[in-house]
Amino acid sequence: MTALLPERATTYDVEAVRRDFPVLSRVVNGHPLVYLDNASSSHKPVQVLDAERAFVSQHYSNVHRGVHTLSQEATDGYEQARSTVAAFLGGQHDEIVFTKNATEAYNLVAYSFGNAPAGSRFALGPGDEVCVTEMEHHSNLVPWQMLCERTGATLRWFPLTDDGRLDLSDLDGLVNERTKVLSFVHQSNLLGTVNPVDVLVRRAREVGALVLLDGAQSAPHMPVDVAALGVDFYVATGHKMLAPSGIGMLWGRKELLDAMPPFMGGGSMIEVVQMSGSTYAPAPERFEAGTPVISQAVALAAACDYLSALGLERVQAHEAVLTARLLEGLRRLPGVRVVGPDSTVSRGSAVSFTVEGVHPHDVGQSLDELGIAVRVGHHCAAPVCRRYGVPATARASSYLYNTEGEIDRLLEGLEQVQAFWKA
Amino acid sequence: MSVTSAQTGPESLYQEIILDHYRNPHHRGLRDPYDVEVHHVNPTCGDEVTLRVQVADGTVQDVSYDGQGCSISQASTSVMTDLVIGQRVDAALVKADAFLELMQSRGALEPDEDVLEDGIAFAGVSRYPARVKCALLGWMAWKDATAQAVAQDPEENP
Repeated sequence: MTALLPERATTYDVEAVRRDFPVLSRVVNGHPLVYLDNASSSHKPVQVLDAERAFVSQHYSNVHRGVHTLSQEATDGYEQARSTVAAFLGGQHDEIVFTKNATEAYNLVAYSFGNAPAGSRFALGPGDEVCVTEMEHHSNLVPWQMLCERTGATLRWFPLTDDGRLDLSDLDGLVNERTKVLSFVHQSNLLGTVNPVDVLVRRAREVGALVLLDGAQSAPHMPVDVAALGVDFYVATGHKMLAPSGIGMLWGRKELLDAMPPFMGGGSMIEVVQMSGSTYAPAPERFEAGTPVISQAVALAAACDYLSALGLERVQAHEAVLTARLLEGLRRLPGVRVVGPDSTVSRGSAVSFTVEGVHPHDVGQSLDELGIAVRVGHHCAAPVCRRYGVPATARASSYLYNTEGEIDRLLEGLEQVQAFWKA
Repeated sequence: MSVTSAQTGPESLYQEIILDHYRNPHHRGLRDPYDVEVHHVNPTCGDEVTLRVQVADGTVQDVSYDGQGCSISQASTSVMTDLVIGQRVDAALVKADAFLELMQSRGALEPDEDVLEDGIAFAGVSRYPARVKCALLGWMAWKDATAQAVAQDPEENP
């Protein structure tokens, strides 16, 4: 992936986009809100809010259960949402499992593998390996640590280079004939790094490892085509891509999903239930035990439609302009250090940084006084902080509604913060 | 726009007393002798403190610490050492409870300067729920270590 040309963004009407997001007109602590915490969670446009409200107001019922009209309309809405999300990611209808968030999706895969009987293609045991990277969000790390603990498999990981990239120098050693699963992040939530999926997938294919790609930070920000990526599983979450919280998604190759054991048991995921035992429905129902997140799925589909109408290529180009401006501005501030790639090449809009002499929490609190929202802390990626020798970072992450003027407000704000804390 | 005007008012988070303790922390650095050493972390932000206490004759003889964290957590730990060192354990626990109560007050409590001294500067922190845990990090470490020290030696039990 290469950096997109800034001039492509000139056709992008960011002011029109902003009018779709009511919260952006808020005043916070006496200043117009500058929301730069999008890698944590994004805001929702009126189109998404309206879609959810219309569904709940007129068509809501439980799904897959009744013969009455509302039940059918609700089921249609829910299943249409599945089709929309599938098309958005380049997959098929039956390959999308709705979850409550991305975390549940990783756990679904890890627990399903853990439930596989010995000898199954999914089963792990001593001698088997799971490979991740040092830049994983805790949600794509801890479930694999737990799986390895339960099964006796070994967890391995790619280290990171000083400039915030994966160190692939031992690619063939880390992904080898013992590797059963390779699970890694598409775009790092802390560093902003976009990883070379093709290189990793090629090696995984050579050794027969299954590949899970964490798309929580890529689906909102770039065109995604799971078929082109060549992975086996892809995970994303609604609330980072203009949809409500409470809805996440797992895409998996149908052939794999149908062969995997269930994760959670309950209603909806069964075929025949007898007191002596049960058989299970095919995917995706097999992995959606209980009443699912219904209206949030409908809202997620509306968010996908919104993003598709805007064009992810244009969103990506717009963000590249903002990221370039931010990186350039941060470079000019003495004592500010970017943790992650210092260019827009193979990089997303999440920019972590430290300010010499000022703890990230104090940076964030001081910026809030100026109406500027950034995230501070370890961003659920504590090993990354440890790798770069910082206890925490401040992170500014822009999205489709942010402007160059807002980036400038952040940079001016950081100068103010430095002045305040210098005394 | 100005950070300074917003952040130095009487209602603000960053009181001058807090900034003073942050820049020039009291009793910082791990010392011997000590009875108990604890390590407390704030898992949501990564702040951490290693803290030692020495208790003898029912009195807090010494508290020393090292750690990393934001201005609120570092200054609060500094103020805490001023308040508890040399105090009877039960009197120091009263101060700890008073500070905890202040932190949980959401700005609705007028702190007692006779009890909390410089600690009253943290009254504003209670209006920032996300920062309360920062202010409590050192205090909770001290309470933990002191309880262990007292339990180790029943004669120290006040």
